[in-house]
Amino acid sequence: MIANLGLGILLITFIVTVYSAVTAAASNPKGLARLLRSLPSLRAKRFADELEKLETPQRAASMAESARRAMLLTFPLLTLTSLLLIYLLVNDHYEVKFVYEVTSRSMPTYLKVTAWWGGQAGSLLFWSWLMSAFASLVTLRKWDRDREFLPWVIFVSCVTLAFFVGMTAFFENPFRVFYQTETGVEAHFFPPANSIPFTPEDGRGLNPLLRHPGMIIHPPLLYLGFVSYVIPFAFAIAALITGRTDDRWIRLTRRWSLWAWLFLTFGLVLGGRWAYDVLGWGGYWGWDPVEIAAFMPWLTGTAFLHSVMIQEKRGMLKHWNMLLIILTYDLVIFGTFLTRSGVLSSVHAFAQSAIGPLFFVYIAMTLIVSVALVIYRWGELKSETEMNSLLSRESLFLFNNLLFMSILVVCFWGVIYPLTSELFTGSKVTVGPAFYERANGPLFAGLMFLMGIAPLSAWGHSTLKTLGRAMWLPTIAAVLVTVAIFATYTHNVYALIGFFLVAFVILITLYEYWRGSRARMKIHSENILTAFWNLTARDRRRYGGYIVHISMMLMAIGILGIELFQMETQGTLEVGQQQSIGGYDVVYKDIARFTGPDGREVTRATLSIYRGNEYLGDLHPRIDYYWDSQQSMTIPGQRATMKDDLYILLVNWEPASATGATFKIYVNPLVNWLWMGSLLFLIGIIIAAWPDKDPERVAVRAGKRARQASAAD
Amino acid sequence: MIGDLRLEIEERKNELKTERKILMATQKNTNYKLLFTILLALVLSISMYSFASAQGPAPTDDEVNAIAKKLFCPVCENTPLDVCPTEACRQWREQIRQMLIEGKTEDEIIQYFIDTYGARASGDPPNKIASYLIPVTAIFLGTALLLRALQMWKKPKAAESAIPAGEAKQVHQDEYFNKLEDELKKRK
Repeated sequence: MIANLGLGILLITFIVTVYSAVTAAASNPKGLARLLRSLPSLRAKRFADELEKLETPQRAASMAESARRAMLLTFPLLTLTSLLLIYLLVNDHYEVKFVYEVTSRSMPTYLKVTAWWGGQAGSLLFWSWLMSAFASLVTLRKWDRDREFLPWVIFVSCVTLAFFVGMTAFFENPFRVFYQTETGVEAHFFPPANSIPFTPEDGRGLNPLLRHPGMIIHPPLLYLGFVSYVIPFAFAIAALITGRTDDRWIRLTRRWSLWAWLFLTFGLVLGGRWAYDVLGWGGYWGWDPVEIAAFMPWLTGTAFLHSVMIQEKRGMLKHWNMLLIILTYDLVIFGTFLTRSGVLSSVHAFAQSAIGPLFFVYIAMTLIVSVALVIYRWGELKSETEMNSLLSRESLFLFNNLLFMSILVVCFWGVIYPLTSELFTGSKVTVGPAFYERANGPLFAGLMFLMGIAPLSAWGHSTLKTLGRAMWLPTIAAVLVTVAIFATYTHNVYALIGFFLVAFVILITLYEYWRGSRARMKIHSENILTAFWNLTARDRRRYGGYIVHISMMLMAIGILGIELFQMETQGTLEVGQQQSIGGYDVVYKDIARFTGPDGREVTRATLSIYRGNEYLGDLHPRIDYYWDSQQSMTIPGQRATMKDDLYILLVNWEPASATGATFKIYVNPLVNWLWMGSLLFLIGIIIAAWPDKDPERVAVRAGKRARQASAAD
Repeated sequence: MIGDLRLEIEERKNELKTERKILMATQKNTNYKLLFTILLALVLSISMYSFASAQGPAPTDDEVNAIAKKLFCPVCENTPLDVCPTEACRQWREQIRQMLIEGKTEDEIIQYFIDTYGARASGDPPNKIASYLIPVTAIFLGTALLLRALQMWKKPKAAESAIPAGEAKQVHQDEYFNKLEDELKKRK
């Protein structure tokens, strides 16, 4: 009953989104006519003439308004659909296939709610819901100044939304219900002939790997990042169609892309943390295609974040920014496609999946149409100024973009190479982490170097002399730091290069802060803290960006540590025996098996940790076996310090020999810097992205108040 | 061929899974299958022991993992063999240990896995040229394109390089940056 209601509302939503998209496009016959005229067909020209006759301002305005209202309607509709699905999930309606697949009676209620995005169909609905929320937010803003953008922003959002809602409704519907027929139990929307409803006793339960706090926040954040990139893309397309190709669209979407970047980055970091805590392989990032799928839009998004500044300050790179945001949008869809279509497991699975080919066609279509639009407007997107010097900030930003694109090429190739290989030679290959690390290592080093010098270079013009004057002091300090690391910590060349670059970037950035604060202290006679505060407040985007740079370097310390200095050992210990690694002595004390609160069977070992004679505490690695989904989970025992993490896995516990257990012990140096860095990142990006008071709107409001005041007089 | 193998592996894996389930669920279940498994394990371990005593010390887990790290689970997607938790993978690790006892080298073992389970068992794609050359070429092309574009952008500038210094300064549109720079200059 409720399932049918959900299905019905989903179908209505689909119709509403299609209506909104069509009305939005039709509300602007002039724009359409202009586009049609560019086609080399007589009939298209005649049709364009007809269209132009239709044009009246009132008609256009009322149609745009109708499209906007339809757009706004999608959010409550999808919210209702989602609430119905959550109701089904929470109340154990196992006659619904989706509910059966992702929940079970023993799961706590909050996990039943998060199971919403735990399965394919639900996660597509979740995507659509977020998308409609964002699109509604955009259409709610003041449009007085950008009337001509509105219909096209609605159009792009609604086409995207219609695609996802359509896919949810027609191919991956979470509201299918089980029926017992003559041939067996099948899931359908409506009862087939000669069938009776069928309700399983209990569900299969959520994949235990997904029953982790990290997994509860990680997908929504990642999806938020994905979805919010649709908005800048929609504005870019609106700018292309309307011909308002100045940087208005960039200024309007600047904060959107910052927030999108925030969500995406933090989603990625949380995913890493989840892998570290749950997957039980001692690391946080394995260059898995699913990870890379989310990493690729991050790469183009980060490049976009930098290159739009060139357009804002210097009026250059307009083509490139358009292409970047188009690429980001399609990589977002591609990311969802990779994880949802089954193409990763095999090309053949892709062909059998219902949504795989659809995704493929959609990506191809949007890419072709968007790039065609850019080419159509090519002449109008010309640069307003010229490049003056190779060391100017804009040219350094260009190199930054080049490096990001190169990393993208490596990642993209690594992901699709197994697919092409399977397609053309029939043999499936694996592209392991070694490939990505070898290919991307130098590129990341290059990025770090640029991160150091780019903030020092000036827009327009810089010379070696001005750069050198600004950076000699921090450079010498960074060399000293590296020498100190060489003397005390490591002789590994890669590590030394890495640590030098980290020190270089951090010191230069701090030096920049110091120079700025000093200048303010002198001029405004402020004390150091006020000067620092005011400096940041005056140009939040810039100094927030610096904090983000520093946070990235802290993360780099963690990555260098775990990549280059990770130690591991594995052995079978009897009770009382000890194993030593990286200065730690680990003594196996005992093991216990009991039933956990949600029906899982827990096997939990206790190990005492010593450094020399000093007792540091006990660790409890464990294996949880979930009866409902028949899967087990290996949870490490961790002891985290800034120097290193001791990370112990219970590899296997044989019931046959109750005294011995096999442990895998890792020492992961410096990895905590990665998590610390991500917290600093949050602070930096929030400083940069916090909404300004919109000066134009403040003026409007002030004007209104004045008018009201004069009216009152 | 590979498809068949995969099917076989999958079947085997499922079998092992159910076996494990039985083991965990009803340890006292005197199932023939269980008896058989225990017997088999006994025979295997005895034979392994005799092997080990005949051919020097048994390889440590670390030695096995060092090789398993370079291999990928032939069943699960993209999971390195040293961390894969499935029963099938445990057997494969045992196989590595066995081969080490037999005196096989690391390369021989990796080659054996590639021959048996296909190229995907190795983390390094077999065709080095295709896997590395294409991205490297693309990156070089990108670099060349960028350098060319920079040159083109710079050319018109060379023609009108007679712009007075005052105008060049106006290029800074970042007002605050200018102010800061000026302040810094004044300081000297």
